[in-house]
Amino acid sequence: MKPAGFDYYAPRSVDEALHVLADAGQDGRVLAGGQSLMPMLNCRILSPAALVDINRIEGLDRLDATAESLTIGALVRHADLLRNAEVSKGWPLLAEATTYVAHPAIRNRGTVCGSVSHNDPAAEQPSVLVTLDGTVLIAGGAGEREMPAEEFLTGMMSNALEPGEMVVGLRYPRPPAGTGAAFVEYARRLGDFALAGAAAMLTMREGVCEKARLTIVGMGDGPVRAREAEAVLTGRALGGKQSKDAFAEAAAKVIAAVEPADDVHASAAYRRHLAGVLTTRALTTALARSGGA
Amino acid sequence: MAKEQRIKVTVNGTAYEKTVPVRLSLADFIRDHLNLTGTHLGCEHGVCGACTVSLNGRSARSCLTLAVQADGAEIVTIEGLRSADGTRHPMQQAFYEKFALQCGYCTPGMLITAIELLRENPDPTEQDVREALSGNICRCSGYQAIVDAVLAVARKEFA
Repeated sequence: MKPAGFDYYAPRSVDEALHVLADAGQDGRVLAGGQSLMPMLNCRILSPAALVDINRIEGLDRLDATAESLTIGALVRHADLLRNAEVSKGWPLLAEATTYVAHPAIRNRGTVCGSVSHNDPAAEQPSVLVTLDGTVLIAGGAGEREMPAEEFLTGMMSNALEPGEMVVGLRYPRPPAGTGAAFVEYARRLGDFALAGAAAMLTMREGVCEKARLTIVGMGDGPVRAREAEAVLTGRALGGKQSKDAFAEAAAKVIAAVEPADDVHASAAYRRHLAGVLTTRALTTALARSGGA
Repeated sequence: MAKEQRIKVTVNGTAYEKTVPVRLSLADFIRDHLNLTGTHLGCEHGVCGACTVSLNGRSARSCLTLAVQADGAEIVTIEGLRSADGTRHPMQQAFYEKFALQCGYCTPGMLITAIELLRENPDPTEQDVREALSGNICRCSGYQAIVDAVLAVARKEFA
């Protein structure tokens, strides 16, 4: 359980890190919080030739909340989000989902950008970024680019980064007034990888759902946008019995759409059932929080 | 590229300067290079919590941190919990009196985690305590006594 040998770099700037990454090509890995990467090194699932530790780069731990958006740097830890009043006020979905991320010691070190980049299908942070229509800020030799979350997350534990590039931040647009959101998940033990989860966001205007976002966790190669369920809800009046019917329809769409796998932790049938239950719970809570019901 | 690097760390108030392999974990550094074997290693991939130490004031898995990453850091391990005159930390005293350890393997990580919890949340509910300790596995499954001990410290029974 010891990592294979590697060259260790601790650059002081993003430019310096990019130089090292460019030289290393496919054999370079960025080390931020290390809460996913170090287990993979220790278990020798990965043996990169060069480890680029970005923890000594100044400014990457910045968290900026403006009227338009929240931007967090590559060194913002999960725990930093939980300690920040602006996040819990403006982006409550992000704060709520973060309480489900692993355990305190892991949240102290692990970074939000790292979790998104790692894209474990059972992870919370990628699903939140998708649900909030967030973007990924990427630095490379050719400059910086900003990519929508869904484009960035290309599949099971993979992303759209090119060799020589690194993630420097994430941006979450500020949800408009009248928005309610909720994150729910089910795991056998607190802090374990979830068997299933759901992130929901509803923007309501005069009792009508103007915009719906629903993302399912743990059911595919990454966060799964439930587009058919969103379509069922968008433009619909949601209140009292109306919402009950609409959410049941949405849950049916989710159950039909997800493709969970059987494994030692749970059967596919059970996971599919969970996806429906969690969808209804997330939507019900999101609606209540929007002030629209 | 050098496979070794010189680092300076302060552990339990003592400053050390050592040359270490870059792939050495902080846990192995603490145990094998500083001979502070109170920090235990269970799973070595971040699941069990036995190796939890305080790194710059926050709990961290020392098996998931490289020793070179701790260059310049302040670390507290279980050996640093007692006061200079040998008096146990209230949390240690509570674990001792409430029978919150059987084999003792998880204890160092439990103590570091529990102390951090009470610093951030001095008046936790039982559920708060269980959540905070959820990342520390007790192989004797003696959780009830551990939760009782943490709650007793919160009630200042061991101040």
